[in-house]
Amino acid sequence: MESFTPLTAALGGALIGLAAALLWLGNGRIAGISGIFGQLLPPAQTVVWRVVFLVALVAATFAAAQLFPGLGAGGEAPARLVAAPAAWGVPTPVWLAVAGLLTGLGTKIGNGCTSGHGVCGLARLSLRSLVAVLVFFGTAVITVTVTGVV
Amino acid sequence: MAALRLPYLATAALSGALFGTGLYVSQMVDPLKVLRFLDFGAIASGGWDPSLAFVMGAALIVMFIAVRIGKGRQAPLFDTAFHEPEYRKVDRRLVGGAVLFGIGWGMAGICPGPAISLIAFLPDNLWIFLLAMFAGSLAGSFIVPSGHARRLADAQ
Repeated sequence: MESFTPLTAALGGALIGLAAALLWLGNGRIAGISGIFGQLLPPAQTVVWRVVFLVALVAATFAAAQLFPGLGAGGEAPARLVAAPAAWGVPTPVWLAVAGLLTGLGTKIGNGCTSGHGVCGLARLSLRSLVAVLVFFGTAVITVTVTGVV
Repeated sequence: MAALRLPYLATAALSGALFGTGLYVSQMVDPLKVLRFLDFGAIASGGWDPSLAFVMGAALIVMFIAVRIGKGRQAPLFDTAFHEPEYRKVDRRLVGGAVLFGIGWGMAGICPGPAISLIAFLPDNLWIFLLAMFAGSLAGSFIVPSGHARRLADAQ
């Protein structure tokens, strides 16, 4: 377990929790990225704050990597997406396009992702979110095993 | 309109900034690190990375406290009401959507938050993933009605 990083994981997690807490107590909004991202198109009247949130998210990721380059991918180490497992004989861009499509479609139909269901929903003790989290974590674990992508 | 006032937008900006910083600090911007958590098959060989559980755990504790604080208030600071999801049913859409998302997440190790934050580093093929994710989300909105439309339909 040489790659296990409990301290920075917990610190980063606390920052994500603080982000969700601020958006909830300040604006009464759920910090669910798939929801914020998936409702960018009109006629949503709330598109302005969503764009502001996402731009700040990207800018802060960039700034944090400049300030603390030693923490890993995006800092001293390059950020990389995975390659398609060789055994599947699929070009990597196709593999990633399918993964992206399923991620967008699934989070839209299921009304949430790791942040909306995982952080916000579980903290609100939502049964829907508990079911969603168990199902998408379970499915992801099975998928990793089946595909051999790691 | 509350959504266009400065304190409201400043809150959204600060929240987004904290979120992005948290994703980088926790290294959840690294798809391989996420996949090493999901790779339960590696537990026996000692190659498993439990870090993601610490990210979720810490985030949950903080948000749980915030939800408790919110319960004692009529409204958030900068809007007239908490926008709590009203739909409560565990239905096939929820489970089916979670299955599809789980497959996508297991294939690439990228959930929507890290997908957006990775724009900061522009790794190869990111735009393909993002465009596909956007297309998938758009397709989903045609397949299923929005929460609002669904509540109206359920009320009838």
